Amino acid sequence: MLSRTAQNLFWLSRYIERAENTARLLDVTYRMSLMPSVADQQASQWRPLLMVGHNAEDFAARFGDTSADSVIEYMCFDVQNQSSILTCVAAARENARAERSAISTEMWESLNDTYLELQSKTCRDFAKDGVRSFFDWVKERSHLFRGVTFGTMYRNDAFHFIRVGTFLERADNTARILDIKYHQLMPEAPAGDGVDYYQWGALLRSVSAFRAYRQAYRDTIDPQKIAELLILDFDLPRSLLFCFDEVQNTLGTLCGARPRECQRLAGELHASLKFGRIDRIVAGGLHAFLDGFLRRSNELAAQIQRDFMMSLQFD
Amino acid sequence: MAPKQAATAEPAPAKPARFFDEMSAPDGGIRPAYREFWKLIETFPRDQLLLKQAEADALFRRVGITFLVYGEGGNTERLIPFDIVPRILDAKEWQVIEEGCIQRVKALNAFLHDLYHGQDSLRAGVVPHELVYRNPAYRPEMQGVELARRVYAHVAGIDIVRIGPTDFYVLEDNLRTPSGVSYVLENREVMMRLFPEAFGKQRVAPVGNYPERLLANLRAVSPIDDAQATVVLLTPGRYNSAYFEHLFLAEQMGIELVEGRDLFVRDGRVWMRTTEGPVRVDVIYRRIDDDFMDPLAFRQDSLLGVPGILSVVRAGRVTLANAFGVGVADDKAMYSFVPQLIKFYLGEESILKNVQTWRLGEPDARKYVLEHLDELVVKEVHGSGGYGMLVGPAATKAECEAYRRRILANPSNFIAQPTLALSTCPTFSQAGIAPRHVDLRPYVLSGATTSVVPGGLTRVALREGSLVVNSSQGGGVKDTWVLEH
Repeated sequence: MLSRTAQNLFWLSRYIERAENTARLLDVTYRMSLMPSVADQQASQWRPLLMVGHNAEDFAARFGDTSADSVIEYMCFDVQNQSSILTCVAAARENARAERSAISTEMWESLNDTYLELQSKTCRDFAKDGVRSFFDWVKERSHLFRGVTFGTMYRNDAFHFIRVGTFLERADNTARILDIKYHQLMPEAPAGDGVDYYQWGALLRSVSAFRAYRQAYRDTIDPQKIAELLILDFDLPRSLLFCFDEVQNTLGTLCGARPRECQRLAGELHASLKFGRIDRIVAGGLHAFLDGFLRRSNELAAQIQRDFMMSLQFD
Repeated sequence: MAPKQAATAEPAPAKPARFFDEMSAPDGGIRPAYREFWKLIETFPRDQLLLKQAEADALFRRVGITFLVYGEGGNTERLIPFDIVPRILDAKEWQVIEEGCIQRVKALNAFLHDLYHGQDSLRAGVVPHELVYRNPAYRPEMQGVELARRVYAHVAGIDIVRIGPTDFYVLEDNLRTPSGVSYVLENREVMMRLFPEAFGKQRVAPVGNYPERLLANLRAVSPIDDAQATVVLLTPGRYNSAYFEHLFLAEQMGIELVEGRDLFVRDGRVWMRTTEGPVRVDVIYRRIDDDFMDPLAFRQDSLLGVPGILSVVRAGRVTLANAFGVGVADDKAMYSFVPQLIKFYLGEESILKNVQTWRLGEPDARKYVLEHLDELVVKEVHGSGGYGMLVGPAATKAECEAYRRRILANPSNFIAQPTLALSTCPTFSQAGIAPRHVDLRPYVLSGATTSVVPGGLTRVALREGSLVVNSSQGGGVKDTWVLEH
């Protein structure tokens, strides 16, 4: 497969996953901001979102004060924001357009439809339909695209590069959501408080893990268990371990009999998740752990690019 | 919104005295090829036709068949307007076109081989030397290079207009990188969804196997055993106006769609960069012009091509389709010699007619043309896309005058032709179904054999009375049906 194709597909799936996760992050923040205890601290709720994509400076320069409306507009529709939903979907579509011969017709049509429909949406629709229906729409389109990919795409290397991109990006986003929200909620977390129940519940829902938590623990909501679920659970499709299990297996398929450095890096990271324990992680500092995870995950992505997308050597 | 009305009553005859109409006979009757289709849509009220048209537009948009328009403030994606009334040809009409196109392309390939080898036609005086040696599309680098099966133009598009029942004229030969065939295939897909009943009632020759035929022809000219040959399609990239077509064809043929940066030359061969390391490439269906193909040999500022590829072509280790240097045979000045070339190489009379052409480099022709500018069409020898031409009867005095000065500055850069009475074809417009002028571009494939896919691209000038069918000038497209016996 062409190196350029691999690169485009890898990023195509990352962009889609990123759009979905931006919607998830906005959704959870929006839900939390509706709670009485935080209604007066809007800015502190919304500002961390801008840190994720290193957007704080750009935002401040062009939008000024941090308010719910301005952050939502910036993260949904701003064309100059490299991580806005609109930018991500447009970039994914551009990549799909460049690689239409490598993906299925249905994948292209689904993504093109999403793009065309998104073109006609603006913040003004929120007044009528509510902002959350937009987030739901973004998630649904992402689900649809993934389902179409799974249901129609030939299982060749193109498919595997799409999978690697999806799960690397998802792990990255779960780690970021957990990092931001855990530290917003932790300092004032007297157990059993109704507000907290709602807040932590919103965090779980933002990664579709509320019901899974109930089934896994059959217990009241406990921050450490939430961290365990989102980092170390083997069966939760948005947990770090789950994502890295997929990444590692898929890289194994892609490398075949020819071992590469990216496979080793993925294996190392996978092992630390598979055999990690939550009490150790929390004792060492959750933020430090997630920070280290994000750094290593980025190194892995760079190594994948080196191994597959820049190869010039003759065997 | 216009009041409801049947689309039909009478198809308005297209001033029968002046223009041949594809559907309506001069006596007001319907020509045989159109009988079934007309019977079907005659029953549709205008609203329903509007719905069909809207459905067609939605289908094209969904599939993403757009082309890029430059110079409108960023790259704008546009649909080429599609008309829901097909251009229909019966088997006998098609036979003339098919045989004529094959004859023409065979002669042009023979001419190109001769030109880059023994040059019999030059020595016999069939073609003047200066048309070759002063032609920027002539590539001396290709002199003496042996090509697989002696094919130069593997894909050719022959632009044809119709003046009367049996009068088919060639307007232009396109041998460089002719485009538009993806519309032929997509137009048919859309028509089969819109009017399935019309395909049940008569046998319309299928066009869907074009990609397979193209691939077979490309494999047939591989420098190595064709079962193992790696064939790729080389595109200038996603910002090229025909990018959709490049994708479409690569996808349909199941071959890699590559850009110049995906290829490189080493050890006398062409390679592509893949996730498994370099892979050798044997046949390149390229949609990049000669000038941009090799910065070491041609334009040095090109970033689209593959440095050093000319040397691999000359060594016979990669086949380019179409070959370097085909452009020398398809410009508008060489065009006027094609009937003589057919005679010279095939010993046959030309089946398709040539439009009378004045080459303004010749003093007598120039004198005549300058005196009759208001009656003629004047074009640049290397122009394309309908840009930079003068349609005398439609031009103002001032426009004629300005054009006259351009001609005098460099006369041999221009040719003139009579204004042709292009046939009209029923077309769905605001006013209902009305006649509009059309042309036809069949696609001719050469490899092991030379063949034409039945039909081709019918382009239609959507503006009433307009004779310019180019999509860049407000033209649209139609599906072209060839009825089988």
